[in-house]
Formats: sequence, C-alpha cells, structure tokens
Amino acid sequence: MDRVRSCNGRRPMAYGGERHSASAFLALLAGLLLLAACEAETPPAVGFAGLGGSAAGFARVAPGRALGFPADHGAHPDYRIEWWYLTANLEDAQGRAWGVQWTLFRNALQPGSHETDWRNQNLWMGHAALTGADGHRYAETFARGGIGQAGVMAEPLQAWIDDWQLASHGPANGGLGELELNARGAGFGYRLRLTSARPPVLHGRKGFSQKSAQGQASYYYSQPFFQAEGSLLLDGQRHAVTGQAWLDHEWSSQPLAPDQQGWDWFSLHLQTGEKLMLFQLRQAGGAHYRAGTWIAADGQAQSLSEADIEMVPVHFSRVAGRRLPTAWRLRIPAKAFSIDTTPLQEQAWMATRFPYWEGPIRFSGSHQGVGYLEMTGY
Amino acid sequence: MMRRLYWTLSALLSHWRRHPLQLFSVLAGLWLATSLWAGVQALNSQARDSYARASQLLGGAERYSLVARDGGRIAQQHFIELRRAGWPVSPLLQGRLRLQGQREQRLQLIGIEPLTLPAGSALAGQTRERRDLAAFLGRPGRSWIAADTLAELGLPAGAQPLSASGQRLPPLAVWPQLAPGVLLVDIGVAQRLLDARGQLSRLLLPAAFARAAPPLPAELATQLVLQRGDQGANLAQLTDSFHLNLSALGLLAFVVGLFIVHAAIGLALEQRRVLLRNLRSCGVSLRGLLVALVVELGVLALLGAVAGLLSGYAVAAWLLPDVAASLRSLYGAEVAGRLSLAPQWWLGGLLVCLFGALCAGAGSLLRAARLPLLALAQPEAWQQAQARWLRRQGWLAALLGGVALLALWFGDSLAAGFVLLAALLLGAALALPVGLSRVLEAWLPHCRTPLAQWFVADSRQQLPSLALALMALLLALAANIGVGSMTAGFRQTFSGWLDQRLAAELYLNPVDTSQATAIEAWLTKQPQVRALLPSWRVELQLQGWPAQLNGIRTQAYYRAHWPLLSASAGAWERLARQQGLMLSEQLARRLDLHLGERLRLPTPSGTWELEVLGIYADYGNPRGHLLVDAAGLQRHWPGLAPRSFSLRLPAAEVPALIQALQARFALDDSRVIDQAALKAWSNRVFERTFAATAALNSLTLGVAAVALLISLLTLGQTRLSQLAPLWALGVDRRRLAWLSLGQTLLLAVLTLLLALPLGLLLAWCLVAVINVQAFGWRLPLQVFPGQLLQLLGLALLATLLAAAWPLWQLGRSTPAALLRSFADER
Repeated sequence: MDRVRSCNGRRPMAYGGERHSASAFLALLAGLLLLAACEAETPPAVGFAGLGGSAAGFARVAPGRALGFPADHGAHPDYRIEWWYLTANLEDAQGRAWGVQWTLFRNALQPGSHETDWRNQNLWMGHAALTGADGHRYAETFARGGIGQAGVMAEPLQAWIDDWQLASHGPANGGLGELELNARGAGFGYRLRLTSARPPVLHGRKGFSQKSAQGQASYYYSQPFFQAEGSLLLDGQRHAVTGQAWLDHEWSSQPLAPDQQGWDWFSLHLQTGEKLMLFQLRQAGGAHYRAGTWIAADGQAQSLSEADIEMVPVHFSRVAGRRLPTAWRLRIPAKAFSIDTTPLQEQAWMATRFPYWEGPIRFSGSHQGVGYLEMTGY
Repeated sequence: MMRRLYWTLSALLSHWRRHPLQLFSVLAGLWLATSLWAGVQALNSQARDSYARASQLLGGAERYSLVARDGGRIAQQHFIELRRAGWPVSPLLQGRLRLQGQREQRLQLIGIEPLTLPAGSALAGQTRERRDLAAFLGRPGRSWIAADTLAELGLPAGAQPLSASGQRLPPLAVWPQLAPGVLLVDIGVAQRLLDARGQLSRLLLPAAFARAAPPLPAELATQLVLQRGDQGANLAQLTDSFHLNLSALGLLAFVVGLFIVHAAIGLALEQRRVLLRNLRSCGVSLRGLLVALVVELGVLALLGAVAGLLSGYAVAAWLLPDVAASLRSLYGAEVAGRLSLAPQWWLGGLLVCLFGALCAGAGSLLRAARLPLLALAQPEAWQQAQARWLRRQGWLAALLGGVALLALWFGDSLAAGFVLLAALLLGAALALPVGLSRVLEAWLPHCRTPLAQWFVADSRQQLPSLALALMALLLALAANIGVGSMTAGFRQTFSGWLDQRLAAELYLNPVDTSQATAIEAWLTKQPQVRALLPSWRVELQLQGWPAQLNGIRTQAYYRAHWPLLSASAGAWERLARQQGLMLSEQLARRLDLHLGERLRLPTPSGTWELEVLGIYADYGNPRGHLLVDAAGLQRHWPGLAPRSFSLRLPAAEVPALIQALQARFALDDSRVIDQAALKAWSNRVFERTFAATAALNSLTLGVAAVALLISLLTLGQTRLSQLAPLWALGVDRRRLAWLSLGQTLLLAVLTLLLALPLGLLLAWCLVAVINVQAFGWRLPLQVFPGQLLQLLGLALLATLLAAAWPLWQLGRSTPAALLRSFADER
C-alpha cells in the first residue's frame, strides 16, 4: 500500500545516515517524494518548476486496467511514483524473532522517461532494515535512473540499487517462484531465498486500489505467500533464519488526498495460512479512510471496505520524540477476527530522509501470527 | 573636565590650521602606509578566500577519490560496477570549457551527481531550497556559478550561453559560495558539454569509507587507484610564497609611510613646545594634555586610515586582474576577478593603521610627557636631542647588522630570509644619518671659503629633519634596484632557458589513451615529422609535495636540449639504463637531495629506488618535476599511455600539420601548441607574474618622493630663520635658493650613492636567499648598469621635483618675511 511519505509537514530533525552519507540534496529528493504525495495541495499551474507543469503528463490510475505478469513486475515510468516493498518475519535456530525490510522507490521528475543515460528523469531510493528484539538497524541509498545504478526489470524480475537486489532465479510462477534478496548497511546485512507457488494477489478491484473518497488510487498487488530462508549478519554474527515474506508492488501518480496526513498499514500472516492486509489513511477531520484484503489460504482475495474494519490503538510509545501507537486492536466482525498486536521492537524507527516507523509485530486473540506494521505521518 | 579637554584640544588643533602642510604630511603618511598595506592584504585575502572556496567545494582537506592509474578518464561503467559492489562512490567529471564570444575566460566545468555526493563537501553543506534539486536534475537543468564569475562573464542569471563547440549550457543560476571560475552542472550535462559521454574524471569517496581502505575489486585494482588530497589545500601551499612576497612589499610600504608620520608628528610637537608650556601654565594637567594629544593622534589616524582603506581598495582592484592572471597561469589557481571583501578586512585595516599611528607618535607623546614645565623652548635643545638620538641610531644600526648576519648564517627558512631583509634594510636606513653626518664632518675641514663651510655645516644641521625622508628614499631606491635586478636577471635566465628547453616545433596533448595511440600511429607515417618524442606522465606526492614524474625515451634529444645545472658522469646513459632519475632544482631543495643520493618513489607495484643523476632548472613550476626512463616508468605503472608528444619537423610544415591533426583528431587549440605560441605564453606568464611586483615597487618610490617633499616643505618653514642671517650678510635670495637646492641635492646624491650597494646587496639576498627559500631556484646575480642608471635618474628626478616647490617658495620669500624671522621667538 502507499509508502508515499506523509503530508503533515514534519521535517526530519536528525539524519542518522547509516550506510550512505548523503548530501543536503537528498533532503530535496525526499522533498520531491513529499511533493509527489502532496501534489494535490499544490495547484499544478503554480506548483514547482520541474513538477507542477509536467504533472499533467503522468498517466492516471483508472479502474479496469488489467494487470499482466511478469510484465507488470517491472517499472512503470509513465506513473510518477512506484515502489517494490518486501518485509519478512523470520526466526533463527534459537527461536528468536527477526524482521527484515527491503524497499526500492522510484520517483519520476518527468513522465515516460526511458533514456539509458543521465538524461533519465527517474530518481531511485532504497531502504533496508533489520529488526530484532534487541535493536533496529537501517540504511538508505539513492541513485539516478538510466545509468544502471538502480532499476527494475520485469522478465525475469530483477530490482536493484547499488549492491542491494531482489532478483528472480527463473520464470517459474511468473518470475516469483524463486527470488534472491539481499542488502547491507553499517554493521548489518541479510541474504534470503524466497519461494512461492501461488500467483500474485490483486488488491481492490483487480489491482485498482482506492485511497480516498475523492478518487485517489493506485495499482497494487502483493505476493504474501513467500517462504523465506537465509542468513542475517549483525555486527559480525551470522544467524541462519527461516520464515515468511510479503512482497508489495504499487504505482500511482497521485495516491493521496490533500487532507490525508499519514497512514497505518498492516500485513499479517495468520497461523491458519490466511493473510490479511489492512490500512487506514488518517484524514485531518478524523474520519479515516480504511480498506483491506482478506486472502484465503488458497490465495482467493476478498476486498474489505471501511464498514468491515475496526482499528484501535491500545498502547502508545515514545519513539524519536514522538508518540506512536505501537500496539493495536484489530477487528473484522464479519470474519470473527479480533486480535491484539505487539511490536517485536518498539523503537523500529526509520530515521531516513522521511522518517517513519516500520517493524515486525506478533498478534494473538481470535487468531495468532506475525506480520509487519508501518506508520507514517506521526 | 570635558570643557577643559575641549579647550585644550582646540588650542592644540589650531596648530594644524596654521600649518596645513604638516597636517597634510601626517595624513598623507598614514594614508600611504594604510593604502598599500591594505591593498596587498585585500589581494591576499581575496585569493585565500578563493582557494578556500575551491577546497570546500568537493570535500575540503579530507577528500578521497579513485582516479585512473593511467592518468586519463574513467569509464562510467566502472562507477556502476563499484556501486554494485557496494562502494559508495560518486562520479565527477572535470574539464575546461570556453564559451562562445568569451575570448580569455576559460571556465572550469565540474559535473557532479548530487544524489551520491559524499557528505562534507560544500555542496552538501549548503542548505538549499528543495526546488533546486529538481531544477538541477530536471530539464533543462542548471549551471551553477558564483556571482562574481557571472558578473565577469557579463551574462545575466538565466542566460544559456553556447560552449565553444556550439553546445547550449543549461540556464546559469547563482550560487554565492561557489569557487570562482567554476561552472557546476549535472554530470550528464558535463559529459555532453565536454564531449565525454560515458567518461568520468574521478570517483569521490566518503572519507570514513576511504580511511578503512577496503581493497578494490580485482578487475578494477589494475585500473584505478585511491588518491587522497585536495586541490584547494595544495593551492594554498603552492601559492604561499607568492603571497608572502606581496605581504613583504606591503609591509615595506607600511613602514615607509609610518616614517613620514613619525617625522611629521615629531616636528609638530617640537613646534608646539611653547603652546604646550603655555597650556600647562594655564593649569591644564599633564594627564589632560596627554589625553588631548592622544585624542588628536587618534582622530588623525582615523582620518588617514579611512582614506587609506578606500584607496587601498582601489589599488587592490587595479592590481587584481594581474595578480589573478599570474596565479592562474602559474598555479592553475582561480581567483575571483571581482574584489569582494569581508567586514573584517575593513576593521583589521583600521586597527592596524591606528596601532601604527600610535607607534609612530609614541616617541613624541613620551617627550611631551617629560616636557620640563619652565624650560625655555629652544630649537637647539631639539637639535641636541636629535644628536643624542643619532648616536643611539648608530648603535641600533650596528645591532641590526649583527641580526642580518646571524639570519644569513643560521637562517634556513623564508621567514629567516625576510628577517635578513628587514634587518638589512632597517639597519642601513638607521645608519644613513650617521654615515651622512660622518661624511659631511670629514668634508668640512677641506672647505676654504666661509660660504662653502656654511654650506657643508648647514647641510649637516639639516640632517636630523631630513633624515627620515632620506631613509625612505634610500629604502625605496634600494628596493627598486634589488627587485629590478632580480627581475631582469630572472628574465634573462628564463628566456635563455626557455630557448634551450623548447626545442621541438610542435607539442601535442591527446585527449585520452586511445587517441594517443591513434595519433602516434598516424604521426609515424608522416614523412615531414623528423622525430616523435612521446612523454609518459604520472602525478604523485613526494613528502606531501605534488610532483610530476615524466618518462622519456629519446635520450639524444634531451641531452642536447635539456640543460642540467649539475650532473653525475654519464648521467643520460645511466638514466636510459634505468639506474637513476633527474629532478628539478626546487624539488631537490625541498627534499634536500644531492647528486648521488637516492630517492624512493611510491609506485603501484611497490617503491622504486633511484639515484639522483642530474638536477635541472624548472623555472616557474611550483610543482616538483622528475625525469626517468619511459620503460622503467611503464614497468612500475603498467598500462600507462603517452600524455604528450613533442614533434621535430621543419618550421614551414608546422601550420599544415596542425591543420591536418585538428581535422583528423578533433583536437582543439589547447591540445596542439606550436613552439612560438608556447614561448609567447610562457613569456606572458612571466611578465604577468612580475607586473604586480613592479607596480608596487614604483609605488614605494613614489611614497619616498612624497616623504622627501613633505620633509622639505616642513623644513622650509623653519629654514627662514637660518637663512635670514646669510641674507642679512649680503647673499641674495636667488643665490640662497640655489645653495639650498645644492644642499638638498648633495644629501640626496650621497643617499642615492649609498643606495646603490645596498640595492645590489638586496638583489643578492633576493636571488640567493629569498628565491631559494620561496621558489626553490637560485639565479645568478646579474647587474644591469643601464637599469641602475635609469633608476638613479628617476630617483634624482623625484628628488628634484620634491625640492622644487619649497625652493621656489624660498626664492620668493619677501625681505619682510626674512626680517621678521629675527623678531620671532624661534
């Protein structure tokens, strides 16, 4: 779901540049991403040199577009923003829980830029994180499009930035049959083998995922059925791990409404083999836009609407000087689903150019399981 | 209290109203002292600011980067390979760019990739508006440029000039702190403008990553090498001596100016003895009087300082283009061509001037404090005090002479060299009155007629009041002779050396390795080319000093055209056998190496130890220079391609060959240079280097002339009472005027005669001590009689001009004025 950064105007206060020291320019890139999210706030005509005028040139997300694989695993430069987002809930030999995040963002300054040199107008940003009960590590990196430093190819799926990559090992299951994932930052790294046998799950109406009552939307599909195994590296210690992983791929040109401040997003692996995706976009007035997808163990997806979903924060933590709801009560009465979530690590803060909270959780109640929580705009 | 101070001050200041010339001389002294000093300081601070800007631009002192081992460009693919191997490198492309319609100005084009740029560079340090990034990376992009450079180009912000090759630049946008002469663009734009698609100059690395020194991937280790260093810091180091020389000249002018102030204030106090006594008698306390005198001095100093700073700014602005051109051609250093000075400069100049004025006036204030309340004011008392002071001066001069000898004996640094110069000049200046007094004393018994006796004795009587002006004249002339001899000697040595060294008819600098290979292949097939001499080149640091290692192949040519200052037996043969190296004089001095000693060169394949076989002159090159055999160089730096070619061919064939080369290999003017153009360029660099020095030099002579004029003017007012008795005895006014002129000329000529040996001594110090310490080369001392005569004539002319006006006044003084002098108290 939307990983576009929040619009509430909070500036990053501190930058904990992990692996790639970044220049002030990078704040600008973040600014661009912010701007992409806030685009509706800025009248296109006034807007801003590189973006305002050209906003009209980006393709609009409309219902009825059929997603096709593996072609749609690749990049969509006609749309302004796009991301490939992988989270994994893992366990080592001692039974300790770990969480891994791997994200690649694409942001276009101009629509339809396909040049294979510096003229390419796509900017790329990568985030990687490793979370354990004892701590949270993250890294961030940036790249220009068109020159080979970062990019995504559809057939076979290969997404990379610097030495981080998510690469398909073959055409099985539309390219998602077997993937290799790796990334590293200061003092940490991971390398996982991901396998799945089920087709991707389309959210919303056949991949058309609505984000507000005003019509903001994105194309959004997931592969929540990955089995993961591999190893983590933390301060020189290697840990062999296994677990489950969830891949999201989403692209849009104007995914947020102006009054939407941020969001809370859940991806849950139920012990029953079922999967659940839930999100709420917090609106200034207090009326939140909620949606989700209930995925049966056989991969059948069922969209959930606002009326189906209850999301209530039950515990708040101090994180990076902010007050964040790190524990939630989630209910879907129609599915007799009622759980309480707790984070593996309360301080799973990504102090990147755009700071947000992203970390592994576990839950209990009517159902047990693990998952990931992302909270932005706090 | 305030009222008393007010009245005391008004009484004191009324003196200046009656003696506007003295007021003028105090102010002029302060003004001259401050203006030259401040001007030089302005030039230096402008240059240092430019170096700092250049240094900070891409990471300051701690800048690490990967460069190609062969010294050429790096394929962009290597950047991608390194990023994909986890190296946080950032690409950079640098090159010279000329804009269409801009004849002289060559810009340094720097292409960066802002997203990967390491932290710690000025680019990273800037808090920019976020829209800048989109504008910079987007279309049409931006060319960031410093405001001063933009103004020099005469273009408005937003303009899109064309490069010399017809490529359109992105719109120019001002970035205030950018280094002068730099155009900062996106890496992609730079590749387009420099016609270097897919090529990079270097890969920047964050300092923290580079310090951990991870090994390069095996397939890249043979092509790239980690380099630490920072051009800006190097520039500051290289240009240090240049700025020190400027400072020394400025200081000289400052001291000469303060001499004038000292003289004028001393005279003013002497003439106000009666007034001071009256004030004290009227009940003004000693403290009150001193406060009033200090306030007076402060006000005068402030006025002089402000005037001096304003004209110092003008002097700096006038000299800046020459200084900037010198620095650019000598050191490749860009200095902003428009003067922009920090408030500290103004404040610092003001403080230095106030301090100087206080020092110059301190003696007078001390004397005023010791003034006996009831003693009669006697001019003779002053003269007697001056005589005592003269003796003390003699001792001080001897002491300074000792200091100079010590500095010569034990000194081994530029600072010691300047101590030597300062002690020598100051000692000579202080010894001047003593010496002149002795000469006149010795002459007196030989005079027969009373008038002749009076002539000599009265000249001696005038000495104390003229001493300071004569000292200034001595210093200025000696400095002119010294610097003039050095410059002329240098010019002669330099052009002779250049003729010998630049023997090839054509010089080529290929763009890259593949072009070098192609050019070499093509040239060997050209019948008119009699000899093709490729040269391989590696940049390295020897004990922290930047140096260039050149590999050469054809020893016969070099033996004929590479003059050696000193060499071991069979030096060229042994060089060819890779048994040794040759190095430039300045590098040998810096590394303290002599013939037969061994030098270890750091190479990618370990150290390479070679014996020093020869030392050659390499005038004007601030970097070190070494010669080794090409085969040995290539063995230690594998994969090196020739960086330049020297061609021997009949002179008549040169233009045709240049055209053919340019047509075939798209070489621009800067890459194909014929001998005549190179010589002209070198000579232009030389002239420019000394243009600023020469200008400052003639200014010091001007200062001395003004000092003499002022002294003579102030003297003229008191001289009446001494000339009146002669007039009363029957010497007419015209004759008196001629006699006075004769006296002035006598003193001046004696001074000038003393200035000659002093100037030559100074020239020797400059070529044998200062040049060696500052630049590392020693020149033969050459004396140019014609130049000396010219300078002497100029100084005499200045003296005559300075004497003319006071004497004209004397000749016109009315009998009544002469009579009145008998009635005056003084």
